Amino acid sequence: MRFPAITRTAVAAAFMATAAAAAPQSVAGFSPQVGEQFFKSTHGNDWSCASCHTADPRSVGKHAKTGKEIAPLAPTANPQRFTSAEKVEKWFKRNCGDVLGRDCSPEEKGNVLAYLLSLK
Amino acid sequence: MKTLDLNLSEARPLAAAPLALALLLASFPAAADSHVFTATNEKWKTECGGCHVAYPPQLLPASSWKAIMAGLDRHFGTDASLDSATATEIAAFLESNAGRVARDGAPSLRITETRWFIREHDELAASIWKRPQVKTAANCGACHIGADHGNFSEHNIRVPK
Repeated sequence: MRFPAITRTAVAAAFMATAAAAAPQSVAGFSPQVGEQFFKSTHGNDWSCASCHTADPRSVGKHAKTGKEIAPLAPTANPQRFTSAEKVEKWFKRNCGDVLGRDCSPEEKGNVLAYLLSLK
Repeated sequence: MKTLDLNLSEARPLAAAPLALALLLASFPAAADSHVFTATNEKWKTECGGCHVAYPPQLLPASSWKAIMAGLDRHFGTDASLDSATATEIAAFLESNAGRVARDGAPSLRITETRWFIREHDELAASIWKRPQVKTAANCGACHIGADHGNFSEHNIRVPK
């Protein structure tokens, strides 16, 4: 994998191992660049990930509809992120539903995580 | 006197005890003035409060909460799905602390469309709702500075300029 060694984010690593198992063609292929592109693009609906999390996931975000503040998504700015697999799955389910109108593929999730973990 | 379709009591025996209900209504003006809701549930606070003010259960009747909780994957235009154990717990909390059924029947899914909400806010100019700090009438916390703690007292309001 191309992102730096993850010692702190064991949950993320476990998640990515699962994702890789489900998508064997991308075992070594999670890409921060592809994840960044995915994060900042719309996918058929009005919102992208960046609509709420901003184009810099190290920043405080804002819910596009309610205006409620969202703590930074990048672990470098918010060490609480990706420490609960349950929470990660819950939000991927909801937000992929809003942004793509479907579940994200394991590869899409892996790339986005690779991107978020790559931010310093 | 303002009349709210709210169950301002944290106690539950309302349906079963007409006398208690009568006593509650007799003391209603004082209770209504406080507008403070203390019933709480950890999951309700975390999950509902993740995207917006965790609206106190007393603000809608049980039938409204039931309908809202049955459609979380299409929740006012966003996907707010929960695992079923969490959803069940939150639904039970909301329904058991819900407000009274509105007299005019059909339950609204929007607190801002209930008669008491409209009445309580009827003195506000329409322009206030459009201020960027307010954005939407659903943003209780813009003016009710204690909204996150269930405090909607009239003494706890700061309308942003």
